[in-house]
Amino acid sequence: MEVAPNASLDESQVWGGGNKPFNASYGKMMMWFFIVSDALTFTGFLVSYGFSRFKNINSWPIADEVFTHFPFLHGIDAPMYYVALMTFVLIFSSVTMVLAVDAGHHMNKAKVTFYMLLTIIGGAIFVGSQAWEWKNFIKGEYGALETRGGQILQFVNAETGKRAAIQEFSLGIDSERSTHQSYNGIWYKGETTLPNVSVDEVKKGFLADQSLVIRTEQITENGQKTVLSRDESIVKIDEAIDVIEGANLIHNEYGNRLFADFFFFITGFHGFHVLSGVVINIIIFFNVILGTYERRGHYEMVEKVGLYWHFVDLVWVFVFTFFYLV
Amino acid sequence: MAAEEHKLAIFRGLLKFRSNQQKIWGVLIFLSIVTTIEVALGIIKPEILMGSFLRMKFLNWIFIILTIVKAYYIAWDFMHIRDERGGLKNAIVLPLVILIPYLAFILLLEADYIFDVMDMGFVAWNF
Repeated sequence: MEVAPNASLDESQVWGGGNKPFNASYGKMMMWFFIVSDALTFTGFLVSYGFSRFKNINSWPIADEVFTHFPFLHGIDAPMYYVALMTFVLIFSSVTMVLAVDAGHHMNKAKVTFYMLLTIIGGAIFVGSQAWEWKNFIKGEYGALETRGGQILQFVNAETGKRAAIQEFSLGIDSERSTHQSYNGIWYKGETTLPNVSVDEVKKGFLADQSLVIRTEQITENGQKTVLSRDESIVKIDEAIDVIEGANLIHNEYGNRLFADFFFFITGFHGFHVLSGVVINIIIFFNVILGTYERRGHYEMVEKVGLYWHFVDLVWVFVFTFFYLV
Repeated sequence: MAAEEHKLAIFRGLLKFRSNQQKIWGVLIFLSIVTTIEVALGIIKPEILMGSFLRMKFLNWIFIILTIVKAYYIAWDFMHIRDERGGLKNAIVLPLVILIPYLAFILLLEADYIFDVMDMGFVAWNF
């Protein structure tokens, strides 16, 4: 199709940006195109999370039981409060970003500077919070055993109904067990750091304490995890072959391994977006201070980086829903 | 884009703001209320909302709908799609509105089928 420029415009005005399609500048439109494609990328991730979850719908970990920490509240069960706080921080930094864009329209340099600074601080708080969430998730809380089929067996005190930590109830056995290194075995097969307790020590502690029972991954009709009776538990514990403490890409003490994989991948990818958003915001912030946009005559750059920043907030709204609420 | 081009009404004209800054704070309050409702529902988990519709709990449907409401206001007011030309608006929103539900539909349907196969099959998956 031939593009017919307006007769009143000469060629340099058309291709030099004088003729804006949709009344949006080139940079802004490309930012929107990037956002649309990035939104589809995140869609792919979140939908594949949904796929794995629907596929394992009767054994998926319950988010409320996984994310229960709040800073400075040790041992208190506080599901969701911290992520809710993170959500508010991100929405608020989104607001300061719009205010910066708005101040830019009024060519108010002092206000743009101030609001950009607040936005950067909000973003930094968010990334820090996410790092803290990751730390808790990786470190784990109670520990669990894993069966040959990869199922997780967690321990519950039958009397109180509270979770029992393997560290606390396992009984020590004097045995020599050192980390197997690739250089002293056959065929370069090594292993990572050993857990603090062995399977036998957990088993011994479990058999000694009559109040302990096993909780499996299966979800019952009313949305709780299945807790076995003491007799069933004694049979079940023989299937365990491995001690799991915390979560990583291969093992996950909270339940299905895919849950940990998607958690690391999606929140990691989002956190990386936030981090790069903070870096870009800092660059723009210094440009504002140096007066670059004052000289240029408009603050459109702030508007463009603002679009990216809001998009990051928008994605978090969905990640929050699908990882923590649903 | 000049400041006076902002459309200052939200909720289909129910609420009109005097300036763009005021609108931003108004939207923030609205988003905070929605998030608070979500978190409160997530903590309380009311018994009435535990019934299911299309193999998903009412509660989860509410969460997803509230999320889409929030996404709408972030895009429309913070990313000022409300002030853009119709063509740009459609170029951004239509691909997402068409492709995302489509992808979600086919993959979740397939996952549900795989769940049934694993659940009713003759092979033990939990050993």
